[in-house]
Amino acid sequence: MAMAHNAQPQLLEATGSGESMDAVEVDATNLETRELNDRLRDLMLSGVEKVVLRNVCGQRYIGTRLYTPEHRKMDIEIYGTPGNDLAAFLFGHNIRVHANAQDGVGNTMDHGEVVVEGRAGDVLGFSMRGGKIFVRDGVGYRTALHMKEYEDKKPVVVIGGTSQDFLGEYMAGGIVILLGLGGKPHKGNFLGTGMHGGVIYLRGTVDKTQVGSQVDISPLNDADREIVDHYVSEFIQRFPDLGIGKEEILKGEFIRLSAKSKRPYVKLYA
Amino acid sequence: MEFKITMPRKRRELYNKEICACSIFGAMNRDGERFTGAGVMKAIANMHVRGNGLGGGFAAYGIYPEYKDYYAFHLMFTGCSAEARMAAKMGFDPYLYENFDVVYDEEIPHRDESTVSDPPLVWRYFVTPNKKGDDAALSDEDYIVAKVMHVNTKIDNAYVFSSGKNMGCFKGVGYPEEIGEYFMLDRLYKAYTWTVHGRFPTNTQAWWGGAHPFSLLDTTVVHNGEISSYGTNRWYLEMYGYACTLQTDTEVIAYAADLLMRRQSLPIDLVAKILAPPIWNSIDRMNEKEKKLLTTLRMVYGPLLMNGPFSIIIGQTGKMIGLTDRIRLRPLTAATRGPMFYLSSEEASIRLISPELDSVWTPNGGEPVIGELNNIT
Repeated sequence: MAMAHNAQPQLLEATGSGESMDAVEVDATNLETRELNDRLRDLMLSGVEKVVLRNVCGQRYIGTRLYTPEHRKMDIEIYGTPGNDLAAFLFGHNIRVHANAQDGVGNTMDHGEVVVEGRAGDVLGFSMRGGKIFVRDGVGYRTALHMKEYEDKKPVVVIGGTSQDFLGEYMAGGIVILLGLGGKPHKGNFLGTGMHGGVIYLRGTVDKTQVGSQVDISPLNDADREIVDHYVSEFIQRFPDLGIGKEEILKGEFIRLSAKSKRPYVKLYA
Repeated sequence: MEFKITMPRKRRELYNKEICACSIFGAMNRDGERFTGAGVMKAIANMHVRGNGLGGGFAAYGIYPEYKDYYAFHLMFTGCSAEARMAAKMGFDPYLYENFDVVYDEEIPHRDESTVSDPPLVWRYFVTPNKKGDDAALSDEDYIVAKVMHVNTKIDNAYVFSSGKNMGCFKGVGYPEEIGEYFMLDRLYKAYTWTVHGRFPTNTQAWWGGAHPFSLLDTTVVHNGEISSYGTNRWYLEMYGYACTLQTDTEVIAYAADLLMRRQSLPIDLVAKILAPPIWNSIDRMNEKEKKLLTTLRMVYGPLLMNGPFSIIIGQTGKMIGLTDRIRLRPLTAATRGPMFYLSSEEASIRLISPELDSVWTPNGGEPVIGELNNIT
């Protein structure tokens, strides 16, 4: 494996041939947020397609500032605990975290994929407008806050566990799937408060007092089932160690939370 | 005339300090084993970007075992010159010696070569109350509170910022890791609980007295967020003899905790429901008994509701408590490892000093998380 040393980032020539290159390792010990993200950007510009970050400890915005006009893509593997706003504005890259993630994962993410082998904190998928996030365990407050979609851009968040309060607050688009694995009930309150678009599929049940007044609770139709089936398969692929089969997940009862109205405030502001 | 505009595509020089918030951290050994401040200094330094160098401070429990039966007063004497600061001390000492028996006092050791700016004269006194006249009827604690309030409001340029037994606060203007070094907390003290704060002042000027923790007797508070109900809270607390003099909203939490927990002996679960009550919508959905309790608490203690976003760590003898506002608008992560109990604004800081953890979770808004000593020694 090639090593990028702390003092002198190793800049590799782009191969241009599309052949797979060795992963470049970066030791993030004592690197500041900006230094680490500069390093990632330099590596991407030099044509590196796979980076392994070791000893990450709280550095923020990992994966941001990685836009190129030619849409280069990188696989980023993270060991250690990444800081807030992981994958903010992510533009097409794949990130896998071998640990828990903090707050703000996928903030305004554009496309690409984030996989968290653990739990994630608050405001995951905030204003997310494309791409996918898979979290093995649970998530904190305000997941998918103001998530949105436009034409073919449709963000997807799949959570293996459950969520704390304000899931899908002001949600405007996209798909959130909450699998409730591990048998814990969904205790979150204020689900979908202010929701006016998108859909939340939830395995298990919630009381209607737990959801916002703008939200309809309904059973899944065939089209919904197809969507859930598809993303549950993708979830299982990403966490093979979970040791749980797709059928076992799908045989659980699912419900669908969606907005009663696309313009809930039309009477207020018309 | 034709304009040709070419947008330069060179990389913008990034502003190095674009991140802001406060940072809080707490570490407790529930077996009561004491450890230096080195670890918590490292942990809070990992959240350097959350603060801006305008305040940092520590509370440490169990640091004065040789004086554990005496109240440890930490005093700050301000002034623009060494003479002025010493004069402030001269103004304070007679009052102290009149009302207390002082068994030992000294300047708190610090590193003069430190980078912190405008340090006041910081002195500690180990004292016992010398109650006279009407004061004889007061409990020791009430007596201390009355005297602390007197000093902070009536004696110029002297502030008692720590007044508990076998514990102490250390704070000032600077990054918390700088304050830790200034007072040499990694070498001179061992505590079973440390709480730490890195400040990003939002509403008031930075000064040494305004740094966190805020404390009264052995209760200390470090706080991330802001208390928008400060005026109401302060007005209510003044009726009970608490004077807010330190120009920072967090002060009201420390006094509210003293009023509710020490004077009124309310359990922390109720105190949490007073400081961060569920919203009315949630209360409406509760059963009759809970509804009655919470409605009553809101009626009786409405002026102690802490409105606005907050996450706090309350330290007390033998206890460390984490609490966020009812909809958790500020972060708090809790974790355990064996006897260790951690609270932090960010998980990474905990992992830095304890890579392996038994459990990690983010507590629900308004629900306290509590670490207690297994045997209080």
